[in-house]
Amino acid sequence: MTSFSFENRAGIAERYPEVFHPDWWQRAKIAIGIGGAVALFVYGIVQLDIPFHRLSEGLSRLGEFVRLMVPPNPGSWPEVLKYLHALGETVSIAFLGTLGGALLALPVSLLAARNVVANRIVHVLTRRSLDTIRGVDTLIWALIWVGVVGLGPFAGILAVICSDFGTFGKLFSEAIEVADKNPAEGVRSSGGNHLHSVRFGLLPQVFPVLLSQVLYYFESNTRSATIIGIVGAGGIGLQLAEQIRVLEWQKVSFLILLILITVSSIDWMSGKLRFAIIGKRAIA
Amino acid sequence: MRTAVPEFPEARLRELADRYASAVAAKRRRVWLGCALLVVAAIAAGWMGDVNFGSFVENFWRFPAYFVSIAPKFSFSTAWVDLTDWLWGLPRWMRLLGDTLLIAYMGTLTGALCGFALCFLASANLLKSRTTVFVTRRVLEFCRTVPEIVFALIFVLAFGLGPLPGVLAIAIHTAGALGKQFAEVVENIDSKPVEGVAASGGSWLQIVLFGALPQVISNFVSYALLRFEINVRGAAVMGFVGAGGIGQDLIEAVRKFYYTDVSAILLLIVVAVMLIDFVTERVRHRLLGLEVSAR
Repeated sequence: MTSFSFENRAGIAERYPEVFHPDWWQRAKIAIGIGGAVALFVYGIVQLDIPFHRLSEGLSRLGEFVRLMVPPNPGSWPEVLKYLHALGETVSIAFLGTLGGALLALPVSLLAARNVVANRIVHVLTRRSLDTIRGVDTLIWALIWVGVVGLGPFAGILAVICSDFGTFGKLFSEAIEVADKNPAEGVRSSGGNHLHSVRFGLLPQVFPVLLSQVLYYFESNTRSATIIGIVGAGGIGLQLAEQIRVLEWQKVSFLILLILITVSSIDWMSGKLRFAIIGKRAIA
Repeated sequence: MRTAVPEFPEARLRELADRYASAVAAKRRRVWLGCALLVVAAIAAGWMGDVNFGSFVENFWRFPAYFVSIAPKFSFSTAWVDLTDWLWGLPRWMRLLGDTLLIAYMGTLTGALCGFALCFLASANLLKSRTTVFVTRRVLEFCRTVPEIVFALIFVLAFGLGPLPGVLAIAIHTAGALGKQFAEVVENIDSKPVEGVAASGGSWLQIVLFGALPQVISNFVSYALLRFEINVRGAAVMGFVGAGGIGQDLIEAVRKFYYTDVSAILLLIVVAVMLIDFVTERVRHRLLGLEVSAR
């Protein structure tokens, strides 16, 4: 048996040179990468004119805010009811927005999938327009829809539908493209037409995946629906922004607590539902 | 060549057919029940969310009309002048767009470093103390559940207007989101290298550095790049609450009906976001490809 004492380190080094002689080129690349990242950070500090002298002052003010936040206190019962109603609006915005976005995205994602529509121009065009829609933030969509249907949660719903349409279109088409093509070919070879092969060969495979993505986005949309009120599109964000502006810190912390509870319960629920629909395999 | 397909007797066949029919019917019932529940929930949510199809149909023309009115006006003879007229604020907007990207970058980097430091404390396979894992996880959850714009609103009051609150807000949100994803990666690593370092007498830091880190680093970078993409979108709207970047100009243009400015700024944001998506996607595919080939 070979003994691995330090006397024969030289012997080991001779046998495994790649372990003991580091690859300098590799190291230089890593060093350049890290150096570049740090340099860009420093450039950012200079360019953005980050005021470090305000940092400590700001932190102490922040500490003061946090001290004022405890204990969370909504004020009075009518206030609580108002907040709960706003919370209901937020959940509705997330729910209907996700549902609408998914329903609209399904047919379009079939167009954007290479294995359903063979026409290159169609799917490239569809993809690029989906990318454009996705590039615009939900808050910006909300600003636009507020101009169309007026202030209120309905504008928020339409905004979430718009931005989800872009996201789902991309996610769905990717899920459809990786689907196994054997079932679809089976349907065609036994005499089905193209539509049959999509309905019976493709959709049963991808439907659970799509459903799981929709449920996941329902949860993430609840988070974005909480802030959509900042531009006047309904929901709890309106109340939150208002209370922050008038420095009612106890109400602010109550609202944040409310949001935390709602998001984590929806998180929990959607996890359970995903598990029930598709089993553990597809979640992981 | 012909083969006789064996066939069951009539009674057995009918029994099987019946069972198949009832199985299909049960499945159909479940699907319909699910659909009915969905419709009921949608109606309830519609009532709660003030969905008003009447006003929607009545006002829908405003949506395309808005895009028509923000579209730049071009005429063939004066195309160049029209273009410069449309993009009159280009130098300023490019600077603000650069600021937005820097805010996203600095926020992502700071947040990723915090998330990196915290993720090892949040993974149950590297830490004995259940309490530390639990507390770290709750902290991360708090950081990512509170929307970044809410942090920005509060930070603007504490630190004053400007990019600093934007960077901090994005950093906190990123720390929460990446900390969770990083911890999930760390929990899925192969335990053999970790045990090897521990068995040969390594300290906790050495276990992390030589046992865990080499396995996860490419995944970490990939997740951080994905988060950078998301943060660019987030930083574009930070200006809505006064936290720096191009959002300030955008919301002003929208609120004051400077129509063509809206389209110019939106175009700049969309192009920037698409470019960054494209570049980071390339880099991420290369990183993940490296990992696959290394295995």
